[in-house]
Amino acid sequence: MKLLVNGTEHEVEVAPGEPLLWVLRNRLGLTGTKYGCGEGQCGACTVLLDGQAAKSCRVAASNAAGKKITTIEGLAPEGKLHVVQEAFLAEEAFQCGYCTPGMVMATVSLLRKTPNPSDAQIVEGMNGNLCRCGTYPRIIAAVRRAMGGKA
Amino acid sequence: MKRKIETPTAPTVAQGHNYADEGVRATGEGVRATRDSFDSELAQHKVSGPVPYRFELERRDFFKLMGCGLVVGIAVRNGAAQESGRAGGQNRESMPEDIAPWIHIAETGEVTVYTGKVEVGQNQRTALTQQVAEELHVAPESISMLMGDTDLTPYDAGTFGSRTTPQMGTQLRKVSALARETLITLAAQRMNAGKSDKLTAENGVVRNPATGKKITYGELTHGQKLVKVASGDDDPPPLASPAEWRVAGKPMLKIDGRAFVTGEHEYTVDQSLPEMLVGKVLRPPAFRSTLTSLDDSEAKQIAGVTVVRDGNFVGVTAPDLPTAEKALKALKAEWKTEQQITESELFSYLKEHPEQGRSGGGEGGGGGGNAYTVGSIEKARADGAKTFESSYTIAYIQHAPLEPRAALAHWTDGKVQVWTGSQRPFAVKEELAQAFHIPQSSVRVVIPDTGSAYGGKHTGEAAIEAARLAKGADKPVKLIWTREEEFTWAYFRPAGVADVKSAVKSDGTITVWEFDNYNSGPAAIRTPYNIANQRIQFHPTEAPPLRQGSYRGLAATFNHFARESHMDEVARAIGMDPLQFRLKNLTDARLRAVFEAAAERFGWGKSQSTKERGFGIAGGYEKGGYMATCVEVALGGPEIQVRRVVVAWDCGPIVNPNGVRNQIMGAVVQGLGGALFETIHFDRGRVLNPHFEGYRMPRFSDTPEIEIVVLDRKEVPPFGAGETPIMGVAPAIANAVHAATGNRIRTMPMQKLV
Repeated sequence: MKLLVNGTEHEVEVAPGEPLLWVLRNRLGLTGTKYGCGEGQCGACTVLLDGQAAKSCRVAASNAAGKKITTIEGLAPEGKLHVVQEAFLAEEAFQCGYCTPGMVMATVSLLRKTPNPSDAQIVEGMNGNLCRCGTYPRIIAAVRRAMGGKA
Repeated sequence: MKRKIETPTAPTVAQGHNYADEGVRATGEGVRATRDSFDSELAQHKVSGPVPYRFELERRDFFKLMGCGLVVGIAVRNGAAQESGRAGGQNRESMPEDIAPWIHIAETGEVTVYTGKVEVGQNQRTALTQQVAEELHVAPESISMLMGDTDLTPYDAGTFGSRTTPQMGTQLRKVSALARETLITLAAQRMNAGKSDKLTAENGVVRNPATGKKITYGELTHGQKLVKVASGDDDPPPLASPAEWRVAGKPMLKIDGRAFVTGEHEYTVDQSLPEMLVGKVLRPPAFRSTLTSLDDSEAKQIAGVTVVRDGNFVGVTAPDLPTAEKALKALKAEWKTEQQITESELFSYLKEHPEQGRSGGGEGGGGGGNAYTVGSIEKARADGAKTFESSYTIAYIQHAPLEPRAALAHWTDGKVQVWTGSQRPFAVKEELAQAFHIPQSSVRVVIPDTGSAYGGKHTGEAAIEAARLAKGADKPVKLIWTREEEFTWAYFRPAGVADVKSAVKSDGTITVWEFDNYNSGPAAIRTPYNIANQRIQFHPTEAPPLRQGSYRGLAATFNHFARESHMDEVARAIGMDPLQFRLKNLTDARLRAVFEAAAERFGWGKSQSTKERGFGIAGGYEKGGYMATCVEVALGGPEIQVRRVVVAWDCGPIVNPNGVRNQIMGAVVQGLGGALFETIHFDRGRVLNPHFEGYRMPRFSDTPEIEIVVLDRKEVPPFGAGETPIMGVAPAIANAVHAATGNRIRTMPMQKLV
């Protein structure tokens, strides 16, 4: 099967129904995308499919074929951080950092859809992503910083 | 394969045989942790007895490993060992076997710090770096921390109990000051400085102000194999007082933060080795089950699959995850399960099955069944003061770290190396040695910075399982627990019951305080209030129904919930303001100060609670941290909504204000879960909600406005901030709900799953 990941087409062998998450991690070595629950509840596995946030643990790889898949590794391909990554760094919107790739991807998707989200829209847009360390206020500050508003 | 991990080229690490019953007592200035509290901390993780390690590293191996340069450490004296170093410390030609963390200054001037502590998101990699930079007088960028590698770092009992800042931080500041002074002495010799010349060190350069001559640390250590080890008896060079701190004490961003926002950081789950297989473990249908039969014929026929059975342990390995999952499904097993209780029987079971000989009233609960007592309860009861009695409960909850337990194990020549996420690398090493009946010198445990733990990763289950599978398959094996496994086969924060009785005079003076904690634990069980007559006792339960262990703050969260709820009940009943009632019975100046600071920022007393909006307050002291919490709840909707939280905090001088604020904020958010909705439901050995879908945790939509007031006290020693800020959340919420509705909630969590 062919998958278009971060602008590069990959020919991969995939088991029937194998989730995109594990194909990215185990077959393509893109480990920035994390497993958290496998139920689509925590968002640690968030990637972009054609620019929209998707929980890759609940997407069969076969359903991602033909779509543009962007992972955290594809966000700053030249080594220059994406504005959302810069914002997370500046606000230190994490502790253990395990949820961070998913949070960053969810933020990119949110701001693409809603460039100037209200507080309520940020909460709504991000609510599918869990941070067990509890850094939500800092993540909200990072989202605001990334959208160019006050941090 | 993404990348290779070098197979261990371990230096000679000999096993010591000093199994003496070494004491653990406070060392260093102002370290308040007592033997009692440390022992108790360990006891609460069900670890008994000293770990029989000694670190021995021949001097020549040391430099082979690290390259030329200067090595500085502090030996730990017999009897003065704390969790970071074992006793011993004979004078030897080589490196002493028992030294606390050491640092190496390379010929390039680069500094490497070796510590057995680990980074699990609490930000110690950064805070410890700041402290080394502070005393060594180098830029933080020139420092790397080598943490949690049992072959390379000195013994450490574990990263828990908010002990890294008071213990490891203090040790590292001492070692760094010693290194700086050693370098200055070397420079004086090298530069033929006069006796009256006062050399200074700044940013890795020693300068003689008399001559203007300079020499860098790297130039001083070039081509050298120097070892400086101070004994624990020596007075280290004086440390900078916190008021003088220039690098410590300042907000610093996580030093390797970039790797986390790019996804480049490799957690245990991201490690890989050539020819690595995927492992899966067959789980019983319930706790306390024994395997009675196994048919693995179908699984074995799948290409590439190995089935490993060893007693009750059954697992599979396969070249990839789908094949491993298929093989696991193909196993046909029968289990016999013991009779176990249902959730509805939990609290009566906990009270009615005391464990003999372990109850007590200490900071630790040890004490051979004796309660902690002050004054005379009977006499005081006869005084005719008003009496109160209430009972509180707490459910089992899960840490639910976002990175589940995982391990990568690799055997070579009878030795095993395991990468795993754990707070206790050396304990995992011991567990592996025991499980495989091999000497500890045949085990190396490496802890990649871990996707959080919260007290939940003290044990090495995944490490042992991965190692067993790797042994069976004769290939490296990586095992990542599923969320369901993590929810079921990890351990839980203990459920418990607390019964509180008090007597209070009409002027608000508390005369009697009786407090019994069943099963949840003894941490912070004593009251900080001045009460003339007290009886306080922890009652552990024999064979509690679920496997239980430590959780951020241990039982201090529940003991604060019961105590601070009861304080509020009494205050309301006698018509006193809850804050005034507390202050009336409290003389501890630092605790009073945080109560007052929180109240002031919150605007306590400025407006009255209404039916739909309640205000609550709670506070306390634990592990060197003083905390007071005010909350505002809204009650108009279907559930309790926490709108605003103010925390006032004092743990002495703050090493990294950025990190401390992050910890306090995180503790508040995490505390909401245990306060409001987290519960493990179970029935006769089965967890009924082993998924995030059935186990509600705090999300963005649950997060209140959080304000943090930090009292940065420079005049006392620093303590940790990772745990204690969680403790005020639940009682403050319960008190706020009561203030609004008159309804007293005495259970954690307070609202059922919605």
